[in-house]
Amino acid sequence: MLIKELTDLNGVSGNENEVREFIISKIEGLCDSYKVDSIGNIIAFKKGGGGKLKVMLSAHMDEVGFIVSGHSEKGFIRFKAVGGIDDRILPGKKVIVGKKRLSGVIGAKPIHQQEREEREKIAKIRNLYIDIGADSKEEAEKLAPLGEFIAFDSDFVKFGNDCIKAKALDDRVGCAVLIEALKHSFDFELYACFTVQEEVGLRGAQVAAYNVMPDVALVIEGTTCADVPEVDKHEYSTVLGNGAALTIMDRTCYCDRELVQYLYDVAVNNGIKVQYKQTTTGGNDAGQIQRTGNGVKTASISVPCRYIHSPVSVMSGRDYEAVERLTVAALYQMSRDRAFKGGW
Amino acid sequence: MGIIQNLEYLSQLVAVPGYEKAAAEKCAGLFKDWCDQVRVDKFFNVVCTRKGTGKAAKKLMITAHIDEIGFLVNSIDEKGFAGLTNVGGIDSKILLAQEVIIHGKQDVLGIIGATPPHLLKAEDAGKAVKLRDIRVDTGYDGQELKKYVSVGDTVSLKSKFNKMNEQKASGKSLDNRASIACLLEILRLLAAVNHENDLIFIASAQEETHLTGVMTAAYELRPDAAIVIDTCHGDIPELPKEVSSTPGKGPEISIGPNLHPKLVAKFFELGKENGIPYQKMVEAGDTGTEAWATQVSANGIPTALLSIPIRYMHTAVETVNIEDIKHTARMVSEFAKLSSEQLGELLCL
Repeated sequence: MLIKELTDLNGVSGNENEVREFIISKIEGLCDSYKVDSIGNIIAFKKGGGGKLKVMLSAHMDEVGFIVSGHSEKGFIRFKAVGGIDDRILPGKKVIVGKKRLSGVIGAKPIHQQEREEREKIAKIRNLYIDIGADSKEEAEKLAPLGEFIAFDSDFVKFGNDCIKAKALDDRVGCAVLIEALKHSFDFELYACFTVQEEVGLRGAQVAAYNVMPDVALVIEGTTCADVPEVDKHEYSTVLGNGAALTIMDRTCYCDRELVQYLYDVAVNNGIKVQYKQTTTGGNDAGQIQRTGNGVKTASISVPCRYIHSPVSVMSGRDYEAVERLTVAALYQMSRDRAFKGGW
Repeated sequence: MGIIQNLEYLSQLVAVPGYEKAAAEKCAGLFKDWCDQVRVDKFFNVVCTRKGTGKAAKKLMITAHIDEIGFLVNSIDEKGFAGLTNVGGIDSKILLAQEVIIHGKQDVLGIIGATPPHLLKAEDAGKAVKLRDIRVDTGYDGQELKKYVSVGDTVSLKSKFNKMNEQKASGKSLDNRASIACLLEILRLLAAVNHENDLIFIASAQEETHLTGVMTAAYELRPDAAIVIDTCHGDIPELPKEVSSTPGKGPEISIGPNLHPKLVAKFFELGKENGIPYQKMVEAGDTGTEAWATQVSANGIPTALLSIPIRYMHTAVETVNIEDIKHTARMVSEFAKLSSEQLGELLCL
């Protein structure tokens, strides 16, 4: 399964090589040409039926993770977070360190040895460390030099009622949708952009969008989903199983209302489950793409993912399918619509 | 199978207190090639005996608990989320983003999620999560989940077993499967040895709750002496030297009122004679191990405690150095070779 293959790869922001190589191997036969730009984005081009409209699809290849920042005398590794990670989830988790894929663990002080007040206290990442089984500073430096990237160790598992647990669903789901979309041909010029460094500030998309200068952009994402106990209903953001999520506004973007409505109508007309993302928190490449050049009509279509930015993100297979179907259906609809042919 | 293969196999068994039956039977399967007799008793202790050759054979019990920390399901809501109560001491701070398995009518994977940073409220960011607030996501709705899971079902931590640098490995339940792997290694070392004393190996149940397994087994078996093998805290940055030992430097041998001084001294002697490294740990009272129950079982049993250092005890990422399992096994096998007379002399104060 494509999502399994994609989430098994490690691609912490700034180190997307593994993911990039895999994606290139998948799209080589599907597009007219592709290039890897200076920052590491893949820009795949498909000429289509001759229409002049330029449509950009965008999904980021990178995932949150860590980077080696130091070594202790006893051989423990100090590390920093790459992207937004909640310190609270770290103690007692497995990680994969560096190119050699060393197995490591984030240590946690045993409960037996914690004073009462420590039991209530959160360890800050600067006080945490990773154990890779090195016995000395020298050994640790040799096995995991400064700057090596570290990813969560978590496998792809199907469970429950059509659910999937994996790391990096944000945004390998988007990468999978883009690969699928490239199997189709549309009237317009399609640029499928697999971007880097979204998690550290939407860096790759800025460069990719400038390169492409699209008329319309669709960002395909894995977004927050908090439909869990102890969260008030109005703060759910999205609901697992309720289909593709459309963003109106978040921290980085106010999506094009016409385009959002267009996508909503396409979903309804094709019997695809769709929902609006109901919080305005978070942000993604859409914000950066929207403000490129003299502006781009941009919208986001997202797969609701519970517990993103953790090793155990969870999604519904049906929601993924809805996003894939909606993306492809919208592109076909745009192909057919005369309004689109003239450039909206 | 080598030690590490045994450990991997053992680590993946599930033996939360009260739910040890399947694990005990699998463990008995590992023991049976090395023993005269193996049985699983009513508490799911695995009791495995090797007859000695001596006419005045004494009974030496060597025990390691097989159970592990875990949970019970205490609620199921309409959305298919399950609440937990702990079985044994667990730090709820390690549970966010942790996977568990609910052992219901069928095994059900559960995810303990965490609010993503995007939605996390500032006032919650610095707060330690409490077990009573944790809900396990099963990917089912409540109605479906109730087909497979009931309140009271056992829940275990899920974690892969990974080989690490050099002789190290990480996984769940190395407390105390490292010691069960050690029992197997002791049996292997003694396979061709004619020992005078009867040896009784026990993989005991329900240590993490109330030491019940060893308490009842010791009462029934009435050994003349007992060696308890357990795990202790490996050195990590947060722990002072006085409460931790260094992985790779051999078993921690405990000294204090819970342990029989002559047995302890004998272990030091055997270590020196045979060039087996060991570390000393002073325990002022309760060692927090089966030694505490064993020492006062029936009319009293002289007891020694050897512990294998592991790091991050009671998490899903406990780590162990395989060398320590080897050192511990050598130490105990040397002790098991003592004649009945030698053992008898040690037992008086």
